[in-house]
Amino acid sequence: MKLLLKGGRVIDPASGTDRPLDVLIDEGKIVRLEPKIPESEGQTVDLSGLIVCPGFIDMHVHLRQPGQEWKETIATGTQASAQGGFTAVACMPNTLPVNDCRAVTESILMESEAKGAVRVYPIGCVTKGQAGDQLAEMEDMSSAGAVAFSDDGMPVRSSLMMRRALEYSRTLDVPVIDHCEDHELVDGGVMNEGEVSTRLGLKGWPSVAEDVIVQRDILLAEYTGGHVHIAHMSTARSAEFVREGKRRNVHVSCEVTPHHLLLTDLAVGDYDTNAKMNPPLRAETDRVGLLEALADGTVDAIATDHAPHHPDEKLVEFSCAPFGVVGVETAVSLCLDRLVLAGVIDLPRMVELFTTGPAKVLRLDKGKLAVGAVADITVLDLERRVVVDCEKFASRSRNSPFAGWELKGQPVLTLVGGRIVHDGRG
Amino acid sequence: MRLGTQHLLGIDELQPEEISLILDTAESFAEIGTREIKKVPTLRGKTVVNFFVEPSTRTRSSFELAEKRLSADTVNFSASASSFVKGESLLDTARNLLAMSPHFIVIRHSQAGAPHFLARHCDCSIVNAGDGQHEHPTQALLDAFTIRRHRPIKGTRVAIVGDVLHSRVARSNILLLSKLGADVVVCGPHSLIPIGVEQLGCRVEHKIENALEGANVVMALRIQLERMTSGFLPSLREYANTYGVNSERLRRADDDAIVMHPGPMNRGVEITGEVADGSRSVILEQVTNGVAVRMAVLYLLAGEAGA
Repeated sequence: MKLLLKGGRVIDPASGTDRPLDVLIDEGKIVRLEPKIPESEGQTVDLSGLIVCPGFIDMHVHLRQPGQEWKETIATGTQASAQGGFTAVACMPNTLPVNDCRAVTESILMESEAKGAVRVYPIGCVTKGQAGDQLAEMEDMSSAGAVAFSDDGMPVRSSLMMRRALEYSRTLDVPVIDHCEDHELVDGGVMNEGEVSTRLGLKGWPSVAEDVIVQRDILLAEYTGGHVHIAHMSTARSAEFVREGKRRNVHVSCEVTPHHLLLTDLAVGDYDTNAKMNPPLRAETDRVGLLEALADGTVDAIATDHAPHHPDEKLVEFSCAPFGVVGVETAVSLCLDRLVLAGVIDLPRMVELFTTGPAKVLRLDKGKLAVGAVADITVLDLERRVVVDCEKFASRSRNSPFAGWELKGQPVLTLVGGRIVHDGRG
Repeated sequence: MRLGTQHLLGIDELQPEEISLILDTAESFAEIGTREIKKVPTLRGKTVVNFFVEPSTRTRSSFELAEKRLSADTVNFSASASSFVKGESLLDTARNLLAMSPHFIVIRHSQAGAPHFLARHCDCSIVNAGDGQHEHPTQALLDAFTIRRHRPIKGTRVAIVGDVLHSRVARSNILLLSKLGADVVVCGPHSLIPIGVEQLGCRVEHKIENALEGANVVMALRIQLERMTSGFLPSLREYANTYGVNSERLRRADDDAIVMHPGPMNRGVEITGEVADGSRSVILEQVTNGVAVRMAVLYLLAGEAGA
């Protein structure tokens, strides 16, 4: 049975398309993409007034399986992703055990195949056990399906190890994704170091601890010719370093999260553990620097760093709470309302940051709408008003700093391989 | 005039009028401490849990004495004896305490914001007896009470010298004294002055001679030994040489200047014995006043809780 998506406005950054087009899907692929395809061609889904985009990709999530299923599972995390408008997610390897070998990569892919609502691209560890001492078997994991390598949650501490990883990964043509944090400089900090941490008496995590590693990584990428991708960039200075690096044609890319784009360290307020994440929420000058980098093309992708934690784990003293916030179910609405509607970027640029941007970083043949392409599709309703209600999340966790936010714009339909995995048109 | 709050979490949340109310109330409680029978029935039938999740002798004794002089029933619950070692969460421990229906929980905790966390989940009054490097409001209140007995706070020049970065006493004092119109300057090496401390209401000076010039109040802060191992300072010797409050440096202060220390002191490090025991020292007055100020806090909060 063919499926006809009728009456929507198609935005496809890959081809520069932005006009009303109908999409005909057969056997999971797009077979026609033209104006006014007759309804007799297939089962019609009326999308008039809605925006039809290539499937959104979240290149940085934590699905917590194997090992921490009380926080999230592949089933719940991908269902949450589908509800949030994502057709694919790349999951970080800091599971239990960590994903540092083919066996774990395969187990994640098998579980995703069986229970995943959306596509799952595993990211393997850079080093065995994420310990930073020995390279993990990247070639083996890559051939099993790993799309990138990262010790996320931990930086690659040794500059020498980072050099080796960037060299070795060149052969595979995959990025090394670094969580940029100089552990010694962070020194146990729990929020951004600045006026707010001074007032709250909380130990500061200074922005310079990110900047020194970002610049180190860019220099090493330049020297080795490897591709470094900066995860969850949070400071204005790091954005400058990436911008300069790109100008020198260094193979560097970066992602930012909605929370770093929309919140500052003031959100910690009265010790709110749902505003505690790593890297921490920064100063307003950093936020402004990130918005500029988003608008001028320095930023390659918006990624959520979806980091579910059980409510009990967050219901503790601020310093004792784990770092991280959930994100896949709020990211698209937040960006539609606070970035596009607010005039920071236009809609095609936003779509690019969720599609061609991450697809290019991860070398995925995804993120485009074209005849012959797999029908991974995200549909947006720009008029829909939503209030963020954590109790309605499909995720197992509730740790969002955006509870109660009123937003305009929502992903309403998600198709993976031509199959509807979420329909919230109501 | 009443306190506008059920809890005392920090000076940051208090209005100047509320601070003055506490200090005025403490004056009448100070008188009780001079009587032969130092006890009034004010809090008879009320239960206070002194919940100390970090070691403390002086603050806990001071609270306990304040509670007993007000005829409250008190229970001490401290970290070493508690179930924390068994891995119980702060919230679960607090819920167990609440199940025994206390009217107050006085909490000392090593983590900033722990009292605020409890206040969100408890219906009894929470009194912050020091949370991490955040605030120590009753210490600042007793310091202000002590200063006020020597001179009006408004317009007074106060020099706070030492490890401001790690000091909850400094934070609470800066907030309180600036709210009451004092001119506060903090002094220490750059490594021990937190970023943006000025916005709490003080100036920053890195030479102690400049900080002490014309000061009416000199407050020395305790230097903790672990600051050396973590690279904030090279040695106690160098600290004492550069920032120690001694007689010679004190000559730069006002002739009637008083010298304070929140305790416990490292004699010969942040303050010389000569100054600590000298005629300008009010260090033991601070301890005496602490009881009266804590009585005032408990009395006013009890009225606020309507209990």
